[in-house]
Amino acid sequence: MPVLEKGSAQTWRRRTTGENLFRWFGWLIGVAIFVACWQQISEATTWFFVWDAPRIAGDIWTRATPPRWGYITQLGRPIWDTLNIATLGTLIAICLAVPVAFMAARNTTPSVLFIRPVALLVIVSSRSINSLIWALLLIAIIGPGVFAGTIAIAIRSIGFCSKLLYEAIEEIDHTQVEAISATGASRWQVMAYGIVPQILPAFAGIAVFRWDINIRESTVLGLVGAGGIGLQLSASLNVLAWPQVSLILLVILAAVMISEWVSAKVRGAII
Amino acid sequence: MSHRELEDMLGKGWRKPPFVSNPKLRWGLIVGFFAYLVAAFMTIEVDWGRVYVGLDRGWAFILAFTSPDFTGRASDIWSGLLESIVMTVAASVVGILISIPIGLGAARNIAPLPIYLVCRGIVAISRALQEIIVAILLVAIFGFGPLAGFLTLSFATIGFLSKLLAEDIEAMDKVQAEAIKASGARWLQWINYGVQPQVMPRLVGLSMYRIDINFRESAILGLVGAGGIGATLNTAFDRYEYDTAAAILILIIGIVMSLEYLSGIIRSKVQ
Amino acid sequence: MLRLQKLTKTYRTGDQALKAIDLEVGKGQVLALIGPSGAGKSTLIRCVNRLVQPTSGAVWLEDTNLTKLGSGALRRARREMGMIFQEYALVERLTVMENVLSGRLGYVGFWRSFLRWYPQSDIDEAFRILDRVGLLHMADKRADELSGGQRQRVGICRALIQDPKLLLVDEPTASLDPKTSRQIMRLITELCHERRLAAIINIHDVALAQMFVPRVVGLRFGEIVYDGLPTGLTPEKLTDIYGEEDWEATIQTVEDEGEEEVEAAE
Repeated sequence: MPVLEKGSAQTWRRRTTGENLFRWFGWLIGVAIFVACWQQISEATTWFFVWDAPRIAGDIWTRATPPRWGYITQLGRPIWDTLNIATLGTLIAICLAVPVAFMAARNTTPSVLFIRPVALLVIVSSRSINSLIWALLLIAIIGPGVFAGTIAIAIRSIGFCSKLLYEAIEEIDHTQVEAISATGASRWQVMAYGIVPQILPAFAGIAVFRWDINIRESTVLGLVGAGGIGLQLSASLNVLAWPQVSLILLVILAAVMISEWVSAKVRGAII
Repeated sequence: MSHRELEDMLGKGWRKPPFVSNPKLRWGLIVGFFAYLVAAFMTIEVDWGRVYVGLDRGWAFILAFTSPDFTGRASDIWSGLLESIVMTVAASVVGILISIPIGLGAARNIAPLPIYLVCRGIVAISRALQEIIVAILLVAIFGFGPLAGFLTLSFATIGFLSKLLAEDIEAMDKVQAEAIKASGARWLQWINYGVQPQVMPRLVGLSMYRIDINFRESAILGLVGAGGIGATLNTAFDRYEYDTAAAILILIIGIVMSLEYLSGIIRSKVQ
Repeated sequence: MLRLQKLTKTYRTGDQALKAIDLEVGKGQVLALIGPSGAGKSTLIRCVNRLVQPTSGAVWLEDTNLTKLGSGALRRARREMGMIFQEYALVERLTVMENVLSGRLGYVGFWRSFLRWYPQSDIDEAFRILDRVGLLHMADKRADELSGGQRQRVGICRALIQDPKLLLVDEPTASLDPKTSRQIMRLITELCHERRLAAIINIHDVALAQMFVPRVVGLRFGEIVYDGLPTGLTPEKLTDIYGEEDWEATIQTVEDEGEEEVEAAE
């Protein structure tokens, strides 16, 4: 009750005293948790290194500049591999994400009790685990290389694409579906005429968006041995060849910006 | 007139108008796409023998999920997980606090041009740099440990949150903000009364989402020595201890799921 | 031709939308169903083609009991019943032609429909019907580029190309302006005449119903409370259907408008 009687005068407060206390208490706990976390981090840190950090950073900077431009001739193949990992990974992911999404959406799933929870579990497992971890796992199983990277990207993307897609499916206009069923269309025809046209723009947007993200992710997959330009980065870091590192970082930056530009253009054209 | 038109059209076939109306461009796109696919497949080297051998291991890993080993390396898992959580909490708090002023600055409708350009610059840099690359650089500068991970996650949070916050502010209802301005409010009062109520629900939602992402990212930072559960996971894969790895993955999935559930509750409360 | 026997629908929430409805519609007969919101008009026509599953009772379309059909037979039966919707319910991102041809889905196989390879006879028929409603030049436009009245015409085409015996029409004019509403109602009744179609038209606008339809059925709380000629809708009857209100004005304007309409038409 925000209007309080104080003596004879009425005063307005946004919250009652109890609510205020509760809020302050909440904030207090929040701050306490943060301080505790900070202490944990601070204990695990060698502060001597941190105080020394500006000098080290300056040192790395002087070593890394100028980038070794000549090295770019050796980067062609890794860039091509990176592009392939991202693109093929996205394509595989989309093919698998579509059925998963239809099974996960409440209005299209064949069975709410059995199939939907399985589909949701697939989605959350794939989403929770970073592509680098998937890559680690796949390298342990099928050996290092571009193939492991592609599959890792694909597995990671399934959850992302299915989640966005099944949300789009659940938001479709139901009367359009009803109208198609009323013509006597079969289950699959209802799917093709009533549902697919409605989610097609969302689908294309999701695919391009994920491709953009995958370009970023595939640039670092090489750090664990899954192919692409990350392999060169990792090798250069291991021998402390800073001029090569800075060149690779510039190339990655350019790739990321180009992919973001392409994806923005394509999404603009679709919508 | 219209009847003559009808006579002309009867008996003629009908095809759906193509999506790309220029036939040269359309066929160019189709052919180009398939040419790319063929080229990409040709250059991926897959050692099928190795993959075949790996299938057994893959199966062993899947089996490991049925008997995950939480106890064998309990202390490693526990300390790694705690470190991940600590990094997530600290980095989310700091990242969110910093991204609010930057988000305000990056919204063209409330910030003057110079501030806008600086803030957009910060956002662009933060978004362009992949977390893991930032982590590598920060580890090189600050030494191994969770401090580097904390800084990485804070930095990434700023890029993500400020951008979305700024977009949200730019899309807000102008009339409400103008009404507050018309009452003679100062700039801060104006932000507090005219802007904040409009963007607050989404800010809370996005922050929750970012906490979720930060936790997932914190799981891989350990791969490059920036603290968290990633190091433990990497060791488990290296030693082929699939049961321990499965246990860690299950824990990560569980935490992500509960975070999502929690954020769902909080978001519905705020709106 | 269409006979409802003790048709009952109880929703899971416990609301009884239809209470043992008995109704018969003859061949070529056009019938307007009026009544307040929530009276069960929508539920009634959706129970006929089983977009809503009736709780009990029977729906006879000629000699088949629709409520007893399995899914395959139901699909074949649905081809006999064209449906026209309140908000048009066109598939917005498909072209007008695709929307019209989607009325043939019950007749062609999945792959043919997926690849848009319809039989030439279907395509010709689609052109003819589009020409009849005056939208032939719009055939390759996307449905969301059309105005409300045009969209409803496409919806009518989609129902007609099914070659139905019965039209189920759900609030065809609810989202249209008064002039377009009349044009659409006139079109529907004319087409029913031309093709000897029976039709059940849900409509909340009593005046429009009186203007175009020879038989009116009033529904209240899931029960039929009026069945007869539009001229028999006296203030007392309207009070039965809708509840207490001053009806004189409504009826008066209806008659006036009706005359104007006739004059304008001639």
